[in-house]
Amino acid sequence: MALQRDHELHRRRLSMNLGVGLTLVALAALIFGITVVKIANGSLMEAYDHQPRVSELPVTEPTQ
Amino acid sequence: MTDATALDRPHDARFGDYVQLLKPRVMSLVVFTALVGLLVTPVPVHPFLGFAAILFIALGAGASGALNMWWDADIDAVMRRTSRRPVPQGRVGAQEALAVGLGLSGIAVVMLGLAANWTAAALLAFTIFFYAVVYSMWLKRSTPQNIVIGGAAGAFPPVIGWAAATGGTSLEAWLMFALIFLWTPPHFWALALYMREDYHRAGVPMLTVTHGRKATRAHILGYTAVLALFAVGAGFTGLGGPVYVAAAVVLNALFLLGAWRIWRRDEAAAQADHYAAEKRFFRFSLIYLFLHFGALLWDAVLARTGVL
Repeated sequence: MALQRDHELHRRRLSMNLGVGLTLVALAALIFGITVVKIANGSLMEAYDHQPRVSELPVTEPTQ
Repeated sequence: MTDATALDRPHDARFGDYVQLLKPRVMSLVVFTALVGLLVTPVPVHPFLGFAAILFIALGAGASGALNMWWDADIDAVMRRTSRRPVPQGRVGAQEALAVGLGLSGIAVVMLGLAANWTAAALLAFTIFFYAVVYSMWLKRSTPQNIVIGGAAGAFPPVIGWAAATGGTSLEAWLMFALIFLWTPPHFWALALYMREDYHRAGVPMLTVTHGRKATRAHILGYTAVLALFAVGAGFTGLGGPVYVAAAVVLNALFLLGAWRIWRRDEAAAQADHYAAEKRFFRFSLIYLFLHFGALLWDAVLARTGVL
């Protein structure tokens, strides 16, 4: 069967390609946003899991 | 796949077919309950991180839906309610559904861990395991208690939302869990009553199949009574507020009335009006849960703005 340029098959593939493409762009934007917020909110973070650590906080001496 | 081989398939997946694998309607309930779980905590959450956490909880729920569709493809094909899903229709292969489910599960758990914390991520991983393995693979085909125990999977989202905000769980989070856990059996048994032969044909041991419709009607009333007591009682704990108590009293009175009507009917009466009471009860059960969680959110907003 000869394929026409605008065969229904191509529309299905366009739907799939657009969907996957937009999903990947959205995921990249989301990860970028999470990174910006994490860095902006926490200068006292350890890098491996981006969680604040109490051990990193400055030691405060008890006052008399 | 070449164009020629693609044409051999009766259906070729569109992007929307993969979205259908994630059970978007179930996902909407997960999103709302998880959002309430996240917002009623006393801990403020950065809006963007909160948004990301809810998105990944929803993605995890969707992934477990895809795993369920992979495992239950044979059941879905013979049940009228599920026969139009992408796998039984042949638009998506069962192995593709498995790959999508596993892939999205991994992404959702890891990303929730990074966006929120690893307690929430661990709870999400356990929820996916519970729904896909404990419920779908084990309980669903082996016991009429399938949706009673399996209901726990649907009850976890507010706990995960709470954990995403606080890094742990608390009594309030588990009260929200219990509310959904107790709500699930009457909700699904009402559906089983009016789907009639679906579960019979698929060989799923729902209560309607193993114990009959009369016993199922009695179970709906019994579970609804326990749910009503719990739901109103929860209003007098740290979880509830005046809006929740008022909503719970009204909603549970109506829910009990619906269960009472179902219990009083026999099959002949139900068939005569095409299961109108059962269908009404099922539809109301969705509103019931939505309004309970909406009331919790409303109380939290009032408390935060200093009105209460």
